[in-house]
Amino acid sequence: MKILVAVKRVIDPYVKVRVKADKSGVETQNVKMSLNPFDEIAVEEALRLREKNIASEVVVVTVGQATSQETLRHALAMGADRAILVQSEASFCSLNIAKILHKVVLDEQPQLVLMGKQSIDGDNNQTPQMLAALLDWPQATFASKLTFEDGAPIKSIRVTREIDGGLETLDVQLPAVVSTDLRLNEPRYSSLPNIMKAKQKPLHILPVDTLGLTLKAHTEVLSVSSPKVRSSGIKVDSVEALIDKLQHEAKVL
Amino acid sequence: MSTLIIVQHDNQTMQPSTRHVLKAALAIDDHPILLVVGHDCKSVASEAAVLKGVQAVWLADNVCYQHQLAENVSQLVASIASTFTTIMTASSTQGKDLLPRIAAQLDIAQISDVIEILDNETFLRPIYAGNALETVRVLDNQKALSIRTTAFDAVTETQPSCSIEILEQKFITSRTQFVEHQLNHSVRPDLNSAKIVVSGGRGLQSAEKFKLIEDLADALGAAIGASRAAVDAGFVSNDYQVGQTGKIVAPNLYIAVGISGAVQHLAGMKDSKVIVAINKDEDAPIFQIANYGLVGDLFQLVPELIEQLKQR
Repeated sequence: MKILVAVKRVIDPYVKVRVKADKSGVETQNVKMSLNPFDEIAVEEALRLREKNIASEVVVVTVGQATSQETLRHALAMGADRAILVQSEASFCSLNIAKILHKVVLDEQPQLVLMGKQSIDGDNNQTPQMLAALLDWPQATFASKLTFEDGAPIKSIRVTREIDGGLETLDVQLPAVVSTDLRLNEPRYSSLPNIMKAKQKPLHILPVDTLGLTLKAHTEVLSVSSPKVRSSGIKVDSVEALIDKLQHEAKVL
Repeated sequence: MSTLIIVQHDNQTMQPSTRHVLKAALAIDDHPILLVVGHDCKSVASEAAVLKGVQAVWLADNVCYQHQLAENVSQLVASIASTFTTIMTASSTQGKDLLPRIAAQLDIAQISDVIEILDNETFLRPIYAGNALETVRVLDNQKALSIRTTAFDAVTETQPSCSIEILEQKFITSRTQFVEHQLNHSVRPDLNSAKIVVSGGRGLQSAEKFKLIEDLADALGAAIGASRAAVDAGFVSNDYQVGQTGKIVAPNLYIAVGISGAVQHLAGMKDSKVIVAINKDEDAPIFQIANYGLVGDLFQLVPELIEQLKQR
């Protein structure tokens, strides 16, 4: 089975994000970038499935500028077989990303598409569901566990999902789109030999306008601003003092 | 302007989130329609029909919608969506799973986690775990919005029941099957809507010791929350996680015990009215946003706090 993993290059989650003075966006110049943590979990899951001989090939794809090649090399260093960069200077809304991925899926014909449930920059949590809709494939979002039935060929997977009230388990027929949540696995570190090997693995660059898609703008970002800063309060020196403040000053007790 | 609100529910009762989404909808539409999809869920429709401002409730009650799977619910909504300019739902896990699938079928963008409605087309939403805010305008004729319920008040007034209209359309999902739920039923207040939340982090050290959080919550009639570290370590189950990718809460009082205050956790609670932090590390980032900070050993301070609260 071929697994396609969609990944995104994002500002590193530990970097303190700064809004540009002209409010056009967030500062990304000279800022550390990383593979979106949820997508890293998706790559890891695909690799584990290949190690169990459930998958035969793991292909990673991203949509972005030339610098996104770094992100793909990270996934290749973890162990992915091949990478595709759909190159575009412009960024796209989730629906257009889903349309681009739709085209890649039609070309690659994977049995399973994995990706993180959200990217930590936009926090949209839309692309996997939208891709599933365009493909008319089943979807299983926020996966915290994937189990495959025994025997071949594999026709369905059992997915446990993290939902507001606890956990939900679904059986979805393949091909399907699955989005990954935090506790699905812990991604591996890439060894130095694997990092070196990654440089030789195939990385195919496809300019976005060679895909034959009409990608109209559905939204327009008017401005990006900083949230109200919550000022720090005071330290109290005893439990009595705390209760007193909460009762008489804050009036929340 | 015509707005369709997808009601979230468990076939028996309506989620309180509906009241907040309704409030948001009333900002741009006088007469929203509420959609209830499920099985044996007439009681949910009846609850929705008496919320003040609702024009009508549309009810699709069929065994094929028993588990409200995204695949067939989205097909149903897409089939009735043409008369609506706006489709809204709460940004709970249910809403997040469903709404984008609807949006893609309608070939429209979705705006996730709306915290402010600036006009019919313009919305404010958090990005980068709430460290930046994006003002975005929708260019399509229709829009799909998921609403961050902590940013809107609840509609509490009632009206005489509006009409409940039956939708007969059935869409069958054959390729996804529901297997089971493992839901935590608690007598404590729900984390999403509680006025007081007591939240524990890695500082609690073990699932056994995390019971201290439960005791403090009980002394305050509060809900329980947790940081990602506490959930990952197995102190509590995932549905207690507060943060960028867990629940977003904004209670009157949030007490963070043994939580350092990572950016991803703050994203889930920094809109709380009053924040208290109890931590032995006086440099923990949580103190930068806490109204009141108590530095010390939580295993001494929390039992003391419980004792004094009981004596009040």
